[in-house]
Amino acid sequence: MSSNNALADVFEKRENEIASKWLELQFADGRKASPTAHTEAGRRSRDFLSALKNATRKDGTTDINGKEWAPVKDFLADLSAGQAKNGASPSETASFVFSLKQPVFAALREEHGKDATAFGDAIWDATQLLDKLGLLTTEIHQKSRESVISRQQQEMLELSTPVVRLWENILALPLIGTLDSARTQIVMQNLLEAIVETRSDFAIIDITGVPVVDTLVAQHLLKTVAAARLMGADCLISGIRPQIAQTIIHLGVDLTNVTTKATLADAFAVALKRSGHSVVRDAAKAGAPR
Amino acid sequence: MERIPILKMGEYLLVTIQVDMHDRLALTLQEDLTSQIVKSRARGVLIDISALEMVDSFIGRMLGAIASMARLLDAQTVVVGMQPSVAITLVELGMSLQGIRTALDVEKGMVALMSSIREAGEDGDASPEF
Amino acid sequence: MAMRVLNSESIPISTAEDIVRVRQAVRRSAVSLGFGIVDQTKIVTASSELARNALDYGGGGTVQVEVVQNETRSGVRLVFEDQGPGIPDIALALTDGYTSGNGMGLGLSGAKRLSHEFDIWSKPGSGTRVSILRWK
Repeated sequence: MSSNNALADVFEKRENEIASKWLELQFADGRKASPTAHTEAGRRSRDFLSALKNATRKDGTTDINGKEWAPVKDFLADLSAGQAKNGASPSETASFVFSLKQPVFAALREEHGKDATAFGDAIWDATQLLDKLGLLTTEIHQKSRESVISRQQQEMLELSTPVVRLWENILALPLIGTLDSARTQIVMQNLLEAIVETRSDFAIIDITGVPVVDTLVAQHLLKTVAAARLMGADCLISGIRPQIAQTIIHLGVDLTNVTTKATLADAFAVALKRSGHSVVRDAAKAGAPR
Repeated sequence: MERIPILKMGEYLLVTIQVDMHDRLALTLQEDLTSQIVKSRARGVLIDISALEMVDSFIGRMLGAIASMARLLDAQTVVVGMQPSVAITLVELGMSLQGIRTALDVEKGMVALMSSIREAGEDGDASPEF
Repeated sequence: MAMRVLNSESIPISTAEDIVRVRQAVRRSAVSLGFGIVDQTKIVTASSELARNALDYGGGGTVQVEVVQNETRSGVRLVFEDQGPGIPDIALALTDGYTSGNGMGLGLSGAKRLSHEFDIWSKPGSGTRVSILRWK
């Protein structure tokens, strides 16, 4: 692996030259860069080059799994993750590494141009190394995007399940959108925790906004009702549209032990009545001019 | 021997389970409670399980057995304070604790206990008419 | 998918107190992986059912409590082993309500519902091995 030492030698001898050419290339695609972006890119390039120089010097191979390569990989991980969060594409991120090829190859030619074998070896090592590092950025980029997506999914789940208080002891959970297993579990848990927090005797699950009720969703609803009962609260289901009523019967789901109402208002009236409340209309006030 | 304390408050018995019970301790509680109901002529039993982090089929069965035995001895039982995670797990396990009255906390449990004793009393009063 | 065992602990099951010890060890493992409260409760409850099965029907045994990890996720795996009489008809034993003892017959089927992965091996006369896994 003597040629890799050749790589290390070149990095050491021509660091500044490589750095300035590389920086030019990074802005060669016609992008208008602010002076701060330029300074930032310069600092980033020098930092990366110096990490690369140290790693090639200490580890004479192009196997980036060695421990000497950790600082280089950490650097790229930070860079890729940051780019991914800022919405850069994977190829933009990878081009940071790939654009280094040209100045490195040029520097190698200056050094070894006269010795074809040594030059070939050095180019091969440089290509291998930079390809691996470039691919690494793509991989990290993708992973960071995945983590962004899963975080957003989590946030959406939390957003989409608000538990609202209708009365001192009556909660409502208006469900909107498709229910999958994961979401239903979170919904269920949120509702039950809200019951404990607010000491509510009644909870109304309103499914007006749920487009499809399949066996799984129906079973989750039943489980929520059963769990609430174990805790000492009564759970009602409202907003059952005609098609959903048909599906439920078709699927053979037994809802006989659950109080179901067509609308949230009906369910609310039942909950008020069961908890000993009554709503009275004041005729005098209702007739009075506003 | 380790025992779960049973508090007597008028005609009610109050049990607060605060330890991760092993099976023998649960069985001892069951025996102690039934003998206490008879001894103190209790009309109601309130079992607070809000500190329990888990109820498996054994403990669930024990709660059911206490409620049934109490009913035979003319006392009503209310189990209060089951944690949401425990309730979700019990349902998944396949236990619905049929025949056990539940309430959110001790205060609501007392209200439920009183109304359930009243209902039981009405049933009792009604029978001589036949 | 290669599965790595990050942590492993063996606990004997020979008394009722051991069941409590199993529950506590499983809780510790689930907490160490950052399980939510519902997931913790589910795996702890499953462990309690299976530990009691091993004690009551298998005449005692052991459980291996493991924290495992593959490429994408981590979880808690429990392997219960006893040298009891074994289960002649596993499908029957997995039916809700079936019991050979005085329980309600929710042990095996319930533990299965509370886990993501469930495996059982049993040979009449030489014992039973039940393995469950719950992912984070």
